[in-house]
Amino acid sequence: MTVFLTIDAVTKRFGAVVAADAVSLSIGRGEILALLGPSGSGKTTMLRLLAGFETPDAGSIAVEGEDVTRVPPARRRFGMVFQHYALFPHLDVGENVAFGITGRGKGEGGRVEVERTVARVLELVDLGGFERRKVQELSGGQQQRVALARALAPEPRVLLLDEPLSNLDPALRERTRRELRQVIQRVKITTVFVTHEQEEAFDLGDRIAVLRDGRLEQIGTADELYERPTTLFVATFVGRANVLRGATARALGGKDGDVAVVRPEQLQFADAGVPGIVRERRYTGPAALFIVEGDRGERFEVLAEPGAARVGERVYVQATHVLSFADAGEVR
Amino acid sequence: MARRPSLAGIGLTLLLAWLVLYPILIAAAQAADRAAIAAFVQRPGEWRALWASIWISVASVALAAALGVPLAFLFERFEFPGRAVLGALVALPAVLPPLVGVIAFLFLYGESGFVARALEHVLRLDHAPWRLQGAGAILLVHAYSLYVYFYLLTRAGLAKLDASMLEAAQALGAGRWVTLWRVTVPLLKPSLAGAALLTFMTALGSFSAPYVFGGGFRVMPTQIVASKLNGDVSLAMVETVALVVVALAGLTLLSRTEGDDVLVALGKGTAPRRRELRTPSTRALAAAAGWLLAAILLLPHLTLVLVSLVPYATWTTETLPPVLSIVNYRRLVSEPERLRPLVNSLWMAGASTTGAVVLALAAGWLAVRRRVATRRVIEGLLALPWALPGTVFAVALATTFAVSRPLALRWVLVGTGVILPLAYLVRNLPIAGRALLAGYRQLDPALDEAAASLGAGRWRTLSRVTLPLLAPALAAGASLAFVTALGDFVTSIVLYTYDTRPISMEILSSLRLNELGIAAAFGVVLMVTSAAVLGIGMRR
Repeated sequence: MTVFLTIDAVTKRFGAVVAADAVSLSIGRGEILALLGPSGSGKTTMLRLLAGFETPDAGSIAVEGEDVTRVPPARRRFGMVFQHYALFPHLDVGENVAFGITGRGKGEGGRVEVERTVARVLELVDLGGFERRKVQELSGGQQQRVALARALAPEPRVLLLDEPLSNLDPALRERTRRELRQVIQRVKITTVFVTHEQEEAFDLGDRIAVLRDGRLEQIGTADELYERPTTLFVATFVGRANVLRGATARALGGKDGDVAVVRPEQLQFADAGVPGIVRERRYTGPAALFIVEGDRGERFEVLAEPGAARVGERVYVQATHVLSFADAGEVR
Repeated sequence: MARRPSLAGIGLTLLLAWLVLYPILIAAAQAADRAAIAAFVQRPGEWRALWASIWISVASVALAAALGVPLAFLFERFEFPGRAVLGALVALPAVLPPLVGVIAFLFLYGESGFVARALEHVLRLDHAPWRLQGAGAILLVHAYSLYVYFYLLTRAGLAKLDASMLEAAQALGAGRWVTLWRVTVPLLKPSLAGAALLTFMTALGSFSAPYVFGGGFRVMPTQIVASKLNGDVSLAMVETVALVVVALAGLTLLSRTEGDDVLVALGKGTAPRRRELRTPSTRALAAAAGWLLAAILLLPHLTLVLVSLVPYATWTTETLPPVLSIVNYRRLVSEPERLRPLVNSLWMAGASTTGAVVLALAAGWLAVRRRVATRRVIEGLLALPWALPGTVFAVALATTFAVSRPLALRWVLVGTGVILPLAYLVRNLPIAGRALLAGYRQLDPALDEAAASLGAGRWRTLSRVTLPLLAPALAAGASLAFVTALGDFVTSIVLYTYDTRPISMEILSSLRLNELGIAAAFGVVLMVTSAAVLGIGMRR
């Protein structure tokens, strides 16, 4: 991986709140990076620092070795798709897309060139011929694609997306996600996007950076984060997890004094193990999620085939794989 | 976002303070004169004027509400033939500048007005049946010109009401009257309090009606101007401070009840549907009442037009003028000394509006977008001239800029062509400021950021994104400011010179010379220009 975008020890404070705490990241050319975290984790601040809308208190940001930390947004050549799209309501689709490229070429030739680029970019997002439409007349999905086309038209070095799918209804989201991925890959642009949804991050991101309280918890591929989380926070924030302590943790195979994290599919019903009673069964088709109440009052989620147990039945639970973390107190 | 110290923010704050606050402080300092204070305290006339100002304002609020609120309910809640047209006509007193409304009333209801002449004729009297003078006359004009605030704000409040709240009350067993008193009126409280505040402040600062109809009956604004014109500057300053105190007390009292906007913001539903009046007799009655009302409200406008068509000295004892022609309008354009005030008013209103809009744009940018540390101060200074009667500013500016002390930032501007536009500008600041601050607040900051991320610099963002989106607020603020300056009387009478005399002063001197047709023609020009400017500026 050739490093394209480097974030080096970037810190940003708003009063007493540390929104970015010495975050360092490297992003490869053409890579899609997801910034994942709960609200207030600093992921949007990180995106705004990259775009230049905020200036870091310390640290630096570089593109291809060029320090852009203090370059204003207008000269940074980073494209941005805003959460609510921020389409200019007084301009039509074509004028919105042309906004970043008008004035590049002068005279008649320049105007034709601009029009050609607008048409080409709109074609790319599957909105060919939409130039003279009003932005208010478009559906949410179409507005999102216009915002994408507008950001891509000036051929930016990096594409930034702020919660790109949060404004779409769930039925549209999956399709739009696929289309977004296709467009990004066709343009081969280095992309950073912000999301609080794990599924979106896993589906769209080549790698995912998990942020919490302004700090980078872990960066890696979806598999790495799920299977080899390095912190208790990542283990519980990414994917479903049973968090167990004390005797139960030991009984399932955890280390003494540590917190054990077990995925629901890594628990199974057996003839011996931790005893409990099935309290609930949530059918999901190929499998069912069983909520088991242990004899010590702890709760497990067990993913098993739908016929594995009945509600009210007494069962024993065993773990096939346990992640162990030093106990850092309350899990958030 | 962090508050950053900003040079531009500090600069604008200081400029506004110099324009708005400094003259008031100078006036207050001059009022600290023992002899003047003693004179004020000892003269019963002063106390009478102060008391008159207060009770006239309170009574104006009551009368305006009694007229405006039922009208708002009639036009917003019931459906009947002609509702839309009449509903718009009813707001027409708004296009009459204060002095023009006053002279229209004079021509209509005055001793030699149409109504008096008609009665004389019918009842065979040898003199007018009444004199249009004193507190009653002032209240009549106030009720006519100020009910519009209650009418418009109550209508807006009713349109914003959530129908489901009224339905909820009915589902809980409340009848129509209980719903009105326990749901509708409490929800309308912010609108009503806002209208009461506007009416009170306008009535308190009202100068034209007391000046023309007051006779021996003095209110504080006329008292101040009289003292000032008599050369008793210190006494005028004491009176000014007294009026400021009353204005601020009223503002505090009334604005306290205004802050319950949350109540209305909760509901997001649709407005209640208008009740169709079904019985033919009620429909006819509502329509007839509506048309009659519109006719009464339009009479002053029509009177003005009619009188403007009467040539000099052709109308003596007849009920209706015997000769009509457009000679007065021709004289406005052809006689240089008549054309002058027209040109003066237009350029001074234009210049002061431009200045106020530019300052308001800068204030909006710094206070709303950049959120500079002094943003509260900037907003307060912009709003201050609204809270104080026009007389106060006129007198304060006249005092501040009558001496040359460059080190104290005071120059001799009184008597020059600068002082009136400057005074108009100060009075226009709250109008332009309110419109543009609201406009800026409605702008999504992400639009500016989007422009920046697409490579647009500050000027390109301003010209291609911010200004086009602010255009409606800009047009509304500018048109209101222009119309206010164009029709101004109270500031002009204190600060004008012969060379800079505006239309209002020319109307007054035409009246004195008994050139009624010329005065009315000027009034019609003001009325039509105001209506046209407002019509263009407030269009959506």
